Amino acid sequence: MQWINTLVQGILLGGLYALYGTGLSLIFGVMRIVNLAHGDFIMLGAFMSLLVTSMLGLPPLISIAIVVPVMFLLGFLLQRGILNQTIGKGLMPPLVITFGLSIIVQNVLQMGFSADSQGLDAGALETASIPINDQISIGIMPLITFIVAVAVLAGLQLFFNRTKVGQAFRATSDDPETAELMGINSRQIYALAMGISFAIVALAGILLGIRTNFAPTDGPARLIFAFEAVIIGGLGSLWGTLAGGIILGLSQNIGAQINPTWFQLAGHIVTLIVLAVRPTGLFARTRDS
Amino acid sequence: MNRDRRLILILSIAFIFFASFAFWAGRGTMNTLTEFFYLLAIAQLWNLLAGYAGLVSVGQQAWIGLGAYALLVSTDDIGLPVYAGIVVAGLVAGVLAIPTALLGFRLRGGYFAIGTWVMAEVFRLSVTASSDWLGGGLGRSIIVNNLFSSPSARITSIYIVAIVLAFGTVALTQYLMRSKVGLGLTAIRDNEDAAASLGINTYRVKMIIFILCAVGTGMVGALIALNQINIIPKSMFSVNWTAFMVFIVVIGGIGTIEGPIIGTIIFFLIREYLSDFGEWSFIILGVIAVGMMLIAPQGVWGLIKERVDVEIFPVRRLISAERLKSLGRG
Repeated sequence: MQWINTLVQGILLGGLYALYGTGLSLIFGVMRIVNLAHGDFIMLGAFMSLLVTSMLGLPPLISIAIVVPVMFLLGFLLQRGILNQTIGKGLMPPLVITFGLSIIVQNVLQMGFSADSQGLDAGALETASIPINDQISIGIMPLITFIVAVAVLAGLQLFFNRTKVGQAFRATSDDPETAELMGINSRQIYALAMGISFAIVALAGILLGIRTNFAPTDGPARLIFAFEAVIIGGLGSLWGTLAGGIILGLSQNIGAQINPTWFQLAGHIVTLIVLAVRPTGLFARTRDS
Repeated sequence: MNRDRRLILILSIAFIFFASFAFWAGRGTMNTLTEFFYLLAIAQLWNLLAGYAGLVSVGQQAWIGLGAYALLVSTDDIGLPVYAGIVVAGLVAGVLAIPTALLGFRLRGGYFAIGTWVMAEVFRLSVTASSDWLGGGLGRSIIVNNLFSSPSARITSIYIVAIVLAFGTVALTQYLMRSKVGLGLTAIRDNEDAAASLGINTYRVKMIIFILCAVGTGMVGALIALNQINIIPKSMFSVNWTAFMVFIVVIGGIGTIEGPIIGTIIFFLIREYLSDFGEWSFIILGVIAVGMMLIAPQGVWGLIKERVDVEIFPVRRLISAERLKSLGRG
């Protein structure tokens, strides 16, 4: 019974990782940039919510209405003001710049909020759960997170397939020069993509903050979980990222069940096995080059 | 005097000059210089890896940490002398670099960077999981009294090893860039597909560089362990080590041998000024590195070279008139 509980928790945790991974792979898919500060922006979202809730006295879930648009704008401006200048200049500039941003964001958060772990106070919601029987119960927050992840992925799929802007995203991803010839402003598309990635990241950060305590230096671990969900699931596959997240969450929870210190290690090892056996991921649809 | 002889002369004089510090300089000076030289060594190695081979790794802390623990085990547990321990540290890092590269090279560009970070985390978590032997998350201390006759002997020995490693990495980079491997690297950096089509085994060249850099960084890791005595996984495997390397190289000038040297000097000056500010020093260094990449990606050395035609480390291949004449005759 303990094991069934472990599996259920692992699957639900996968929803959070899918949110992490989607933001990362969206950016890579559209402009072939890997954002090394991705995890730190997740933490920025969480801390921004902490700030909003403590200043305005709002519940964390309501703070989404403020934090997500602010983060969208921040991502949009980051791309417009800084990262667009590096497009077409090779691999090095965006990597160095996002790595620098990662270190900057970590230290700014540490200065503003101290190095201590903190949590978002969502009251009874934090621990509320639906009992299935004596031993198994499903936490409301993990369930909400999972449902939000599925909704975000479904929304993105509709956006890419059904809207003009979504088509422009896909066109820019396939061939930016030809897309420009068709009148698409690729720089605007890149900025929008970064904005959407930031919005998803903010959502993930807030949901994370309600579930567990978090600290300014947690960013790199979040980046790695995002990466692992993408690698296991396969580059360029939306629903693959969800599957990858679920496999990652399951591996971590099963590892921790065997030995509490193996939580992260188990996830890394499963990722490395996938990389060794199937480097394109389990559910890959597109290639990266 | 040709360019190579002049360089060897300059390097020899500089080496002798800094080595002489061991006889007359005070403890504080030597400690500062030790840190300067080991940061120069790891920055130069990252420059070789990222600037010349195009392998942007952000997991170089793996080799620092593994080198530190390899030194701890080989001297404290096995009883090797300290210099043998430093060599073992390099070898352990080099051997573990092979599976890391085999997995990492499956990832392209940016994802390779995160892949190296994952490997560094795997090594950190594996070391942390060993609580009985390696002390888990709290780490272990090296019993330095068994390794050195006195505290001042420790400081002098560490200092000498630091300058040997720093000059060694500079000489290695210079040698590699003048060799066939360097020619292959330049070709790969400029256009990997074209290089491969000309018969360069790009995979092998990258593998060699990746392993060499791990060996060197691992030896520096051993040195850092001897310097800090307390070996804690969180600080030994900290991504801050890679942050230092990246910031130094980017500020100084990536893809040049002079760049990391100038970068380390600037890094030290900034840090001395900001040592009381804690997080601020990281933020300011990060902002400078990001700004540098945007405004002057060639770094401070690149800016200098635009104004004056100097080259301390000649890695360019020049056509010599005599050689042309002899070719013409033949």
